[in-house]
Amino acid sequence: MQPSAIELFRSSQTHSAIQFRGSLRFAQAAELWAALRNVESSAVRGETLDFDMAGVERIDGGVMALLACLRTELQRRGVQSEFVEAGPAVQKLIHLYGADHSVAVLTPRAPIGLLDQLGRATISAVRELQLVLAFFGQLVISGFSLWRAPRSANWSDLPATMERSGADAVPIILLINFLVGLAMAFQAAAQLKRFGANLLVADLIGIAVCRELGPLMAAIVIAGRSGAAFAAELGFMQVNGEIDALRTMGIGPMRYLVVPRVLGLILVLPLLTLLADVAGVLGGLVVGVWNLDLTIRGFLNETARVVSIWDVSSGVIKSLVFALAIALIACQQGLATSGGAEGVGRRTTSTVVTTLFALILIDASFTVFFRVAGL
Amino acid sequence: MSAPLIEVADLTIGWDGRVLLQAASFVVEQGAVFVILGGSGCGKSTLMRHLIGLEFGSGRITIEGEAPDQGVTARPRFGVMFQSGALLGGLTVGENVALPLQQWTNLPADAIGGIALAKLRLVGLVGAEDLLPEELSGGMRKRAAIARAMALEPDLLFLDEPSAGLDPVSAVELDELILTLNQQLGITFVVVTHDLESIFKVGSACIMLDKESKSIIARGDPRSLRDSSTDARVRAFFNRTHLPVAA
Repeated sequence: MQPSAIELFRSSQTHSAIQFRGSLRFAQAAELWAALRNVESSAVRGETLDFDMAGVERIDGGVMALLACLRTELQRRGVQSEFVEAGPAVQKLIHLYGADHSVAVLTPRAPIGLLDQLGRATISAVRELQLVLAFFGQLVISGFSLWRAPRSANWSDLPATMERSGADAVPIILLINFLVGLAMAFQAAAQLKRFGANLLVADLIGIAVCRELGPLMAAIVIAGRSGAAFAAELGFMQVNGEIDALRTMGIGPMRYLVVPRVLGLILVLPLLTLLADVAGVLGGLVVGVWNLDLTIRGFLNETARVVSIWDVSSGVIKSLVFALAIALIACQQGLATSGGAEGVGRRTTSTVVTTLFALILIDASFTVFFRVAGL
Repeated sequence: MSAPLIEVADLTIGWDGRVLLQAASFVVEQGAVFVILGGSGCGKSTLMRHLIGLEFGSGRITIEGEAPDQGVTARPRFGVMFQSGALLGGLTVGENVALPLQQWTNLPADAIGGIALAKLRLVGLVGAEDLLPEELSGGMRKRAAIARAMALEPDLLFLDEPSAGLDPVSAVELDELILTLNQQLGITFVVVTHDLESIFKVGSACIMLDKESKSIIARGDPRSLRDSSTDARVRAFFNRTHLPVAA
């Protein structure tokens, strides 16, 4: 068996052929590839460069894969290239590797400009907002149809959702809000001490925690815990075909899966907010007693004097809207999942980011509205 | 002769601007085991998703004279077994089978439990009612999914790739279950598959889809098509050979 060799044979100005001879083995693929590159580099658009296989005694799959790849590349460059004079055994291998099929010419994609990218991102953000609003509309419709047929909802999921999103989140919410109250009080103490206004730390912590930080921090924790969990659960069900299965049983995922989650969060987040308020005030109390020489009774009396029912209830009102936003975004993202495990991860991340943005936006809107309305 | 159970006329399906099947028309007779077959990527499962009302193309589909999308959020007129089984992971096997009964009947809980157990017994899953889907083998999951699809006593069951991923013994058992349900309960089946053994064993009628021509290239009894089709693509499929290379 003679060793492999290649030679360029030019039959006319625009037509040439690479003649292969001997045994073409993958063991010599590197040298063969270098030699082929050397020979084919002179071929230009409009020319023909065939692979003449008449002298091939034997060829293995690895070399055929290389030749198929080279032929594809040549054709994409506009150089006509075919396998010619191949014996039956070689022809079989050519067919096996698809090297006798025509090659689609790829047109290079134009790079996307900055403005184009910005436009696409804007359209995508608007579309997401549209989807969330449409989802909200569907939820409202489902709510009305539930009124007529209350049995059709999956009420058995409600206690479990409340336990997972509410009771299980109590320790982390207490801890985080206690630390936030503590840190805020420390920062305030340094300033207030200079003016001898130690007692005002109770006013500051009481109002800030009840109106802003308590509801917001509780919502952020729930968005990270329950929002992400909802999106991942529903996303997995979507990619696993469970949502389709529900639909084919005539069970709408909105009523069966979304309503218990939305209701569950709406019921537990206000309660968690009240606990967050208490924990935040306790954080401030610790600093007041140990750092500002206040008495426990003095701190609590001042807090009770300055914090009105409205301060607490405005936070609770906010928390209701926060709960709706978290559940809505998480469920919408979960049900919009596609593309397997990667899609679930993408939607879960998107849920957390979108929800945090929405929470800050809603909180700011409420604050401005309450201020303008004089509340 | 009774009217066809399913009628499809001029149906064109696809996604992302890509057409998978163009202007397809066919009927499924009552009591048939109707097989949709064809190579990978020809649109078999997508066609089934259109038949069951999860996707919509242009053309007309009627099941017992009505469009299939009416099944969504209304009591379904047919049962569906998806390729993965698609059992709800948070529910036990028994709860999965009981779910449609809880939704669409006024039966008390003990009666629903009894029906669910009977359905599981029918598909050979005695004692599996308290297991979670993750504790089942692939074949058991498909059997449980069939039990759930049958919970509301439909006359029509859609099965997507019932033998995919099963060992030969489980695949044969599933085929026998389909035949039993078809012959003894009179259930009409629409089965998406490319498993030849299964096609010849259970199929009473079939259509073959072709990816290249985006059309139905054969219809009729699968055994007759295997033995007498003059279409090279049909012969290649049934005889497990490749198509001759075009000159």
